Amino acid sequence: MHNRGGVHLHEMAITQSVVQAVCDRMGDAQIRRVCLEIGTLSGVVADSVRFCFDLITEGTTLEGASLEIVQPAGRACCRDCGAEFVLNDLLVLCECGSANRELLAGEELKIREVEVMA
Amino acid sequence: MCATCGCSGDTILEPHEHDHEHQHEHGHVHGHSRHSQTRTVTLEQAVLARNDALAEGNRKWLAERSILAVNLMSSPGAGKTTLLERTIRELGSELRVSVVEGDQETVLDADRIRATGAPAIQINTGSGCHLDAKMLFSGLQTLDPPEGSVVLIENVGNLVCPALFDLGEQSRVVITSVTEGAEKPRKYPQMFRAADLVLLNKVDLLPYVKFDIEDFLDGARRANPDVEVLQLSATTGEGVADWYGWLRARLP
Repeated sequence: MHNRGGVHLHEMAITQSVVQAVCDRMGDAQIRRVCLEIGTLSGVVADSVRFCFDLITEGTTLEGASLEIVQPAGRACCRDCGAEFVLNDLLVLCECGSANRELLAGEELKIREVEVMA
Repeated sequence: MCATCGCSGDTILEPHEHDHEHQHEHGHVHGHSRHSQTRTVTLEQAVLARNDALAEGNRKWLAERSILAVNLMSSPGAGKTTLLERTIRELGSELRVSVVEGDQETVLDADRIRATGAPAIQINTGSGCHLDAKMLFSGLQTLDPPEGSVVLIENVGNLVCPALFDLGEQSRVVITSVTEGAEKPRKYPQMFRAADLVLLNKVDLLPYVKFDIEDFLDGARRANPDVEVLQLSATTGEGVADWYGWLRARLP
């Protein structure tokens, strides 16, 4: 599902949700910076969010704000051997060969903080 | 003054509508350049908090009416509508089923479902590639499903976006077909991770296509170690009894 510019449409919806959530929380305050956490396993492409951000913030209190994206790495705990390991995608198995693992990090999709005009 | 939009470039401005092509490179940075007094506010809020709250509202609404809602997701052409048609025809005397159809355009799928005698409403998402909790809420209000019934939600055909948006459903089912290739779970792991059940459809075509079931199952388990996989053909009816059993087991 791509539109022109190669941006996934759900990143458009995600970015709209960011703008809406910030406006809901911060009212009329002029936003200078937004810091998001987008985990590497979240299924959301950070570059696509960056691409959408300027377009979607136009005419809102976020217009002109800088966008900072922190991308926590994937981490899992094996339910069979108990080992904790890093995973770059959702298909990585534990070293013991088990697919039976619990994700500990990497699926974050949240607004960490904003910087507003004092 | 800015020659393009008339705003004064070095003063603090209220947000204003820009109805012209606006390159912010005409000699000055306007609107925000002088501000240095800022404060940081910690939000620690889920990006999709609003959708998630609406989804919780839907979940409560459904639970109060003992309605089972199942979100069916797949790529276009995997056989969702065909499976729904057969399910309604074969379980219609036992379960009261209604359908929410999500598509970018047309009412074709809702028409196919109504032809089976089940109530259906069509939600056209336009350029949107997924249903969200607000759309389902309005769909449920229109559909007004009876207590103790089943609502099958056919999401927009797409293996990427619907995985992210909670609708308030009780279960999520991913349908994929042997004609799409065995690598689908490896290509779209988020979608398979989001599934409670995977239906592998069109197994009647296995003799005619190159499809390695073991490889498919391995990919599905890597993406989602807890997932259940059922093999069936919505066209011939092979294996559908297991799907009906799964559905019955989830009735409130």
